Amino acid sequence: MESNKFIVGLWDHEEVYLHAIQHIRAKGVEIYESLTPFPVHGLEQALGYRESRLHTASFWFGATGTILALSFMTWAMAFNYPLNIGGKPYWPLPSFIPITFELTVLFAAWGMTLTYYVRCKLWPGRVPPIFDARTTDDRFALVFDALKLSDAEMSEIKNMCKHEGAVEVKDRVFTENEGL
Amino acid sequence: MHAYESEFREPLINGLDKNYTKITDDLVRPTERITTLWVIATLLTGAGAAFFVFCLTWTVWFGIGTWGLNKTIGWAWDITNFVWWIGIGHAGTLISAILLLFRQRYRTGINRAAEAMTIFAVICAGMFPIFHMGRVWDAPFIFPLPNTRGPLWVNFNSPLLWDVFAISTYFSVSLLFWYSGLMPDFGTIRDRSKNKWRKWIYNMLAFGWQGNAKQWQRFESLALVLAGLCTPLVLSVHTIVSFDFATSVVSGWHTTIFPPYFVAGAIFSGFAMVETLMVITRYLFKLEDYITIAHIESMNKIIVLTGSIVGIAYLTELFIAWYSGYGYEQFAFYNRVFGKYWWAYAWMMSCNVITPQLYWFKPIRRNIYVTFLLSIFVNIGMWFERFVIIVTSLAADNLPSSWSYFSPTWVDIGLFTGSISLFLFLFLLFARFFPTIAIAEVKSIFRISSEAAKAERAKLEGSGTGGFVGLQAVGPLDKDAK
Repeated sequence: MESNKFIVGLWDHEEVYLHAIQHIRAKGVEIYESLTPFPVHGLEQALGYRESRLHTASFWFGATGTILALSFMTWAMAFNYPLNIGGKPYWPLPSFIPITFELTVLFAAWGMTLTYYVRCKLWPGRVPPIFDARTTDDRFALVFDALKLSDAEMSEIKNMCKHEGAVEVKDRVFTENEGL
Repeated sequence: MHAYESEFREPLINGLDKNYTKITDDLVRPTERITTLWVIATLLTGAGAAFFVFCLTWTVWFGIGTWGLNKTIGWAWDITNFVWWIGIGHAGTLISAILLLFRQRYRTGINRAAEAMTIFAVICAGMFPIFHMGRVWDAPFIFPLPNTRGPLWVNFNSPLLWDVFAISTYFSVSLLFWYSGLMPDFGTIRDRSKNKWRKWIYNMLAFGWQGNAKQWQRFESLALVLAGLCTPLVLSVHTIVSFDFATSVVSGWHTTIFPPYFVAGAIFSGFAMVETLMVITRYLFKLEDYITIAHIESMNKIIVLTGSIVGIAYLTELFIAWYSGYGYEQFAFYNRVFGKYWWAYAWMMSCNVITPQLYWFKPIRRNIYVTFLLSIFVNIGMWFERFVIIVTSLAADNLPSSWSYFSPTWVDIGLFTGSISLFLFLFLLFARFFPTIAIAEVKSIFRISSEAAKAERAKLEGSGTGGFVGLQAVGPLDKDAK
């Protein structure tokens, strides 16, 4: 976080909140962060976020699993230590399918989840900036970066929030080494 | 904007006083206080879990000879317990994955506990084959590890090896799914708590969750893809478990119907176990408003469906045995129904096929006491199903001179009852420290499916202003806003 000075607007109804986001963005005000207690349907469209590419990553992780499983089993059974098992072929492709499938799922799931943690900056012990503790309970928050704003601009944003139905608007200044 | 739901559809969150704050309070409260009943239950099941560990130690110390197995019946209670527990585990993933893909809103009330149940059931299940190996310290070699025997790799033709991969994948992916879903709720608990240490611990568990729009967007993407991956995974796991039997040449095991039949049975027993646990949990933690009769009824509908599939599978097996004209197969099934183990077959048939049919009647489907009783019946019936398949087929094999009968020893009984204790012990710990109901997900259906929201809409409709609460508040949606 480069800035330490923010304006936090709090809403108590997600539909009012969604309209507020659309109206505020239409006026060209930049929203720093949007915090909600649960995934609000249509929020990323309202904020103009592009679609997440996590699923594409997941596909490639899965494909890695498929190739790794097939190539390892082929190498182990047909090349490294060919063994006659009940007269079955040295390269029994149908027998490889279950493990290939399982490893595809394993790689796709783990790869995607770890990517998700990294991209969302989630790891054990991370101390997140908490703009308002109620955003994981019952409040929908919009955060504006106030570091470079003049007093007039700040009061304009605050009035805009109140006009759009915010139940509370406040300043939030982070002090050095602020913990939880 | 929010989907509009018919007023006639039963609400999934009861209570007219509900709002987001109240939901948080109600669902976090069980983690914030300790009850005497919980302490007693945890100590009792903890003692049972300790006895489970004792029996495992006994098994390793004196060997598999301490079990009731003999030369003819080499698989008995151990593999029965294994398949039973794995089957129970299936409902968790089914509820979170398949019901997510089908957009069934009732999953939000039960998915968290069901996923936890999956994790604990798979832990219990895994113990049995691992300790059945005898020399348990060699267990890592079930994986294709480099070794000094050639290297002689594991046999990739073997369904037992497929099982290793299937179950370990299933366990770890279920864990990811469960934990990723828990993080936002840990964040909620962290932000509520006043105590410094409690804040610190829950922040560790929450991985520093914040709940910003980008996290939620990726969270939903993750949940959807994991659900898409888990759906075929859950079907594959029990299919592969059934291959352990179906690819053998034992009469009574060598059956092509096994994969779908095992999967249906697994969902059947898993839903029954979810009901057993949820009926107790909703009572103990006063969660009746969130796990409603509507949830119970939906689960009972799945039980009657899967129970009927299982019933048809039993009858199909009997028919095919007769129709095959193959003497050994016919004998295996005659012996199963009328042989020395007729009583096990009778338990299986009555608990799995007959009693669940009562759920065709609505008053029974919606009766909490009957549901609890019948869910226990299903658990018993499904244990006997695995016992019948495994033991009756082995006991009277193709060579009459080796026919035998299985009697469990105290170690067998201790391991079975001990695994149930371990399961309940882990579940009790989970219910005390983790939110048993997915808080964020319940909030996400609040405006659509709660009694409070429906009442508010009905009031607006009554005044002739249209049903959309949000639009009433702020006027029509400005579509052109960028």
